[in-house]
Amino acid sequence: MSDSREYAVGTHPDLPPPLSTSGAIGWIRGNLLSSPTNIILTVLSIYFLYKVVPPSLNWLFFDATFNGDSRQDCREASNGAGACWAFVKHRFHLFVYGFYPVEQRWRVDISFILLPLALWPVLFDKVPYRKHLLKFSIAFPFIAGWLLIGGFGLTPVSTDYFGGFMLTLVIGVTGIVFSLPIGVALALGRQSNMPVLRVICVTFIEFIRGVPLITLLFVASTMLNYFLPPGTQFNLLLRVLIMVTLFSAAYIAEVVRGGLQAIPKGQYEAADSMGLKYWQSMQKIILPQALKISIPGIVNTFIGLYKDTTLVIIIGLLDPLGIGRASLADTKWTGLTTEIYVFVAIFFFLSCFSMARYSLYLENKLHTGHKR
Amino acid sequence: MSEAQTSKMAVSDETVIKIHKMHKWYGSFHVLKDINLDVKRGERIVVCGPSGSGKSTMIRCINRLEEHQQGDIIVDGVELTNDLKNIDAIRREVGMVFQHFNLFPHLTILENLSLAPIWVKREPRKQAEETAMRYLERVKIPEQALKYPGQLSGGQQQRVAIARSLCMNPRIMLFDEPTSALDPEMIKEVLDVMIELAEEGRTMICVTHEMGFAKTVANRVIFMDGGEIIEQNEPNEFFDNPQHERTQLFLSQILAH
Repeated sequence: MSDSREYAVGTHPDLPPPLSTSGAIGWIRGNLLSSPTNIILTVLSIYFLYKVVPPSLNWLFFDATFNGDSRQDCREASNGAGACWAFVKHRFHLFVYGFYPVEQRWRVDISFILLPLALWPVLFDKVPYRKHLLKFSIAFPFIAGWLLIGGFGLTPVSTDYFGGFMLTLVIGVTGIVFSLPIGVALALGRQSNMPVLRVICVTFIEFIRGVPLITLLFVASTMLNYFLPPGTQFNLLLRVLIMVTLFSAAYIAEVVRGGLQAIPKGQYEAADSMGLKYWQSMQKIILPQALKISIPGIVNTFIGLYKDTTLVIIIGLLDPLGIGRASLADTKWTGLTTEIYVFVAIFFFLSCFSMARYSLYLENKLHTGHKR
Repeated sequence: MSEAQTSKMAVSDETVIKIHKMHKWYGSFHVLKDINLDVKRGERIVVCGPSGSGKSTMIRCINRLEEHQQGDIIVDGVELTNDLKNIDAIRREVGMVFQHFNLFPHLTILENLSLAPIWVKREPRKQAEETAMRYLERVKIPEQALKYPGQLSGGQQQRVAIARSLCMNPRIMLFDEPTSALDPEMIKEVLDVMIELAEEGRTMICVTHEMGFAKTVANRVIFMDGGEIIEQNEPNEFFDNPQHERTQLFLSQILAH
């Protein structure tokens, strides 16, 4: 529908856009059928989805067996057409708690419940009683450490029994929480005009980045003993935590350095000319902007760290992947590799996808209409 | 505001900025050569000259955004040395307005204005915000207080930048080509604010190409070329009767069109 009316010069009103370019039909026409190539791509995609989605859903849910005591039960129930989730169900506690003593598992449960409560005020602004909850967030690492390791009235549990998702979360969350401040400090140190500090930071970053994480984990599990006084008891999990944290801190440092370099020189000059001291201008002016630009890179590093926790299998810690592989040795359930790996994959995908979505949410929230 | 009125305004005998035999190099490039300049309290100085002549560098040396390598700069009785205490003391007394505004894009206008008073002068937040609103009213955009810099026009942003400097109540204001990045229709709104400031008798050094502004408010116009101060005079003399041939050439070029 076109409005062909004439208006006097300077009095033309704002008109709505033509109907053919708005609404559902307009969207389909514009985005799916706009050109021959586009039409071909649309058709191919629909065909692909038709071929992939229904069989996947059948395998995952409709033909799957959820109850049973052995692989034989699954075969009988569904002729082997669907997944045998009974296996995963049977092993679920192992996946969640590792070898944590059964009668003490409530401590892990409480930690799992408290974790989101501690993260909530950190991740979001509009949280009731945020100031008080933040105090809890700061205390949480100590509370969780006490709950999981024990002592002070609780039965001590050796970290050798840690495993499964609990181990992934312990390593992942600790690594993420500590590597961010260390990484930011390293990035600032690398930009410092004090040569000694700069050289220390550059050497550290380049050394850590230049060595595979597996090597560092080996160093953590064996070599550190040579450097420490003989007889020192230095917990293996703690060593892994330190190594994973330092490793991702080096990456964070480089991501943040990129962000710092993107801040126009004028921002530093404006802060300086107003008399702000170095730490004030970093805290109030430079870092909020640099970190905002670095969010995608930082979250990318975090996701990498989180998935790299599976590497601890190499030095004998049993994360979900390790539990899964150990479970495969069970003769009652032989040959269910796919189920195990799909299950572990879903767990990691859900965690990492939430991080990615949070990153997008944060970018939108911090967008204040400036392009710089 | 007529010329007669401005020139009547009192300039005290007290020297607030003293630059003595100051030199600066960028690597081996000699950007500032033997700069000598005394600025009296209440004086309004316009610095002009072709690009690359060292005008911006000179005023940026006054609050240590650039470091000079030889000679002395004394601001309000404090000598500018590597001593951070002196630098901080001087920066508290010297406000600066930049060509590209340099507002903090992640903070609202009100936060931009109250940041330095809160963190440098340790004012209570409420008081700092009241001062900020007062200065926003003076630059005629109080209604923008809760917006972000990215949502404002260039002229509005520059007025906010001026208000931001004023919130620290500096004795000296430095302007580094404040209108060069603006559209013609926005230049006037910024110049009007600057003229008002000049009327208050605040010490101002302004690097600008706005010769009309120089004629209206300046007590003294300084012409720089090749890193040297070539000529300085009160505006009427400077424009009507330039002494040095480089000044004459410069003026003929900028006034030709």
